[in-house]
Amino acid sequence: MAFTIDINGTSHSVDVDADTPLLWVIRDVLGMTGTKFGCGVALCGACTVHIDGTATRSCITPIDSVGASKVTTIEAIGATPAGAKIQKAWLDHEVPQCGYCQSGQIMSASALLAGKAHPTDADIDDAMSGNICRCGTYVRIREAIKLAAQGQKER
Amino acid sequence: MMIDRMASDASGTNLSRRNFLICSAAVGGGLMLSLSLPLGRSEAATTESFVPNAFIRIGSDGQVVLTMPYVEMGQGTYTSIPMLIAEELEVDLKQVRLEHAPPNPKLYANPLLGVQATGNSNAIRGAWKPLREAGASAREMLVAAAAKRWGVDAKSCHAEAGEVIHTASARRATYGELAADAAQLPVPTNVALKRSDEFKLIGTPAKRLDISGKVNGSAVYGMDARPAGVKIATLAQSPVFGGKLKSVDDADAKGVKGVRKIVRLDDAVAVVADHMGAAKKGLEALKIEWDDGAHASLSTKDIALELEQATLKSGAVAQSIGDADRAMANAATKVEATYQLPFLAHATMEPMNCTVHFRDGECEIWVGTQAIARVQAMAAKAAGLPVEKVIVHNHLIGGGFGRRLEADGVVRAVEIAKQVDGPVKVVWTREEDIQHDMYRPAWFDRIAAGLDKDGKPVVWTNRFAGSSVIARWLPPGFKDGLDPDTTEGAIDLVYALPNFHVEYVRVEPPGIPTAFWRSVGPSHNVFVTESFVDELAAAAKQDAVAYRRALLDSNPRAKAVLDLAADKAGWGTPLPKGRGRGIALQHAFGSYLAQVAEVEVAKDGSVRVHRVVCAMDCGTVVNPDTVQAQIQSGVIFGVTAALYGEISLKNGRVEQSNFDNYQILRINEAPAIEVHVIKSSEPPGGMGEAGTSGIVPAVANAVFAATGKRLRKMPIDSNVLKQPA
Repeated sequence: MAFTIDINGTSHSVDVDADTPLLWVIRDVLGMTGTKFGCGVALCGACTVHIDGTATRSCITPIDSVGASKVTTIEAIGATPAGAKIQKAWLDHEVPQCGYCQSGQIMSASALLAGKAHPTDADIDDAMSGNICRCGTYVRIREAIKLAAQGQKER
Repeated sequence: MMIDRMASDASGTNLSRRNFLICSAAVGGGLMLSLSLPLGRSEAATTESFVPNAFIRIGSDGQVVLTMPYVEMGQGTYTSIPMLIAEELEVDLKQVRLEHAPPNPKLYANPLLGVQATGNSNAIRGAWKPLREAGASAREMLVAAAAKRWGVDAKSCHAEAGEVIHTASARRATYGELAADAAQLPVPTNVALKRSDEFKLIGTPAKRLDISGKVNGSAVYGMDARPAGVKIATLAQSPVFGGKLKSVDDADAKGVKGVRKIVRLDDAVAVVADHMGAAKKGLEALKIEWDDGAHASLSTKDIALELEQATLKSGAVAQSIGDADRAMANAATKVEATYQLPFLAHATMEPMNCTVHFRDGECEIWVGTQAIARVQAMAAKAAGLPVEKVIVHNHLIGGGFGRRLEADGVVRAVEIAKQVDGPVKVVWTREEDIQHDMYRPAWFDRIAAGLDKDGKPVVWTNRFAGSSVIARWLPPGFKDGLDPDTTEGAIDLVYALPNFHVEYVRVEPPGIPTAFWRSVGPSHNVFVTESFVDELAAAAKQDAVAYRRALLDSNPRAKAVLDLAADKAGWGTPLPKGRGRGIALQHAFGSYLAQVAEVEVAKDGSVRVHRVVCAMDCGTVVNPDTVQAQIQSGVIFGVTAALYGEISLKNGRVEQSNFDNYQILRINEAPAIEVHVIKSSEPPGGMGEAGTSGIVPAVANAVFAATGKRLRKMPIDSNVLKQPA
């Protein structure tokens, strides 16, 4: 079946089964490899994208459920105010190690910050506990989110 | 001398004429993909590049390209290795671009391992002298070229930030301007290296060169390789190790949109498709029958029993000091215990994957590997080709932890690619990744100590049984029933023990493959030794820190980290009910580490690690922030193992499958971690794994402090700690 979806402001037409996960459309059909595969069943968060601004696990999101919604991936999150702050904090605080999970971490953190300018530790736990980091960068993820939020305060 | 040998080898390599897909840290940041040639010396002359050795190439445009002999998997080696070279080469880190090394053990073998591999926390240890020498000899040649051009004494010139400067005449020339001349000069054999007090880069916090692409999705892992026309395959391997494929009904799978081909192997079946969604759907639609083979009824319970039985017989003597039998007979008190550790999966965030294009007499491979030469050799064997016909492109690694020291996934991909026209990327599902890992071995230890009337240990004996990974992975390393990895952390203890006897019994479990896992031998041995020292302190009714401290008079570095960790953790200060502190001390990977864990045990027996304080003496620190990051990382990895880590087999099948039943610590469970580093000018020790081995006994000892219950088996079983209602 043919589907037309909006990713990062660009319209794409793809011809795949209706139940094809958005993740594989993004990665394999459209060739945007920043969004990662980790578990396939929404347990690790590596595949997180934004759908109309909401952090969503693309590995269990069938393409036919996307409709006219706007999909944002790691490649374009820097164009959003929250995404830019998160990316900068990630660099300033040297969060990534192997880096494979970090696209998903940044997407979850950006959605958190966009919705809550000054997240508490509990907010961070809620928003980020669906994202696994095997390198264990959690201490820095927490600090970087706070750093990004402080940056907002100054503005 | 070493530099000369490397330079001559570089010109001899066939691979130097291949195009290499490389990831490089561009000036101003941003990992970029580019094509480049790893040049030998003969090519240097024609392109006017200056290539004094296998690690450095300076173009006439001034571009400094460093070839990385160790791979980046998050441990920061793509920053710390360039720091070693740049320190002596006198270039700014912002001026360098990085390339992954091609397979070539002659040039890029780790001097400590003897093979081209990244593991055992020894990249910096192996590179410490040779890569500073590589930088220094290149700098001397550039200075000599400038001095010759200006007709001045080389001693009156100095190098700085990519330029040679003659201060007296205010003349300066960039390395690019000097590259062609320098290339004509002989490589000096004896170069003087800076003293530690002359370091400008080493020991200062350097920004990681590999991370800009890791925050915007542009970093390229093996999983992201996309050669033109690539198809995606996913596979099912025999659920029982050693089983065979009996039959496949692929009628439904072939009907799935996007499925292109079903590939049958002896013990696996793969579905090749346009995208992973179709490949997975196709795989699920297959009706597969397996012949389970010899291990159809295997369980980890049987293996544990076999290991336990093995420790009743004698093994190979790993270390023997004094007269253990006599000392034990004369001891005032005898303490005995047995310890058990489970199989563990690596569960790297990037599932196993490999892309292969098999075509007319050659084979091209895209993969992220810790052991590129091994990949090339094993792929060649699987492909039936000479090694020089196998081209391997390395990538950033989405988690290694030892998993990517193995080439099993590459062999699988080659086997599949032989039946596919054009390139195919074989992607393992998470379930396949966990159920067909090669696992950290399970262990059984039978340990005893004799104490004198004051409670001081006068004798220590241990006999342990489990798999030797080295015996399979690097057979010459296994000699007389022993290998250095299996025994690291079990022998050469930091403590004064006048009578000491340790034996290892090699038992290879049937039907489950074993491999290196972050913190390797010490992941087992430090748990046992540091738990047992804690038991001895308890038996002697002494404080766990004071007890250890009394045994460290001849080991000042160990004593210093113990004291620092205890001090920073507030050792001895009161804690709320249900909480406890535990300490562990280790000398492993060439570094000293003491860790204090503070845990809380809930009424339901669940354990929460609240705080971890680490004191590290890793000798000379190269990049301080990386030391911090690696200890934090190692702690989380170890706490995950202590709380959750277990792979079990039933009916020959791995019971765990994904992150719901093979749990990984999450941010809401992560402890606060403090890392205190002792200043030292000793040669650097390893950093990437130390935090993992030490934290497991620290947590177990903290649980003992909180509950009085000694945990001799990992992972922690909350049923054991549950309080009666």
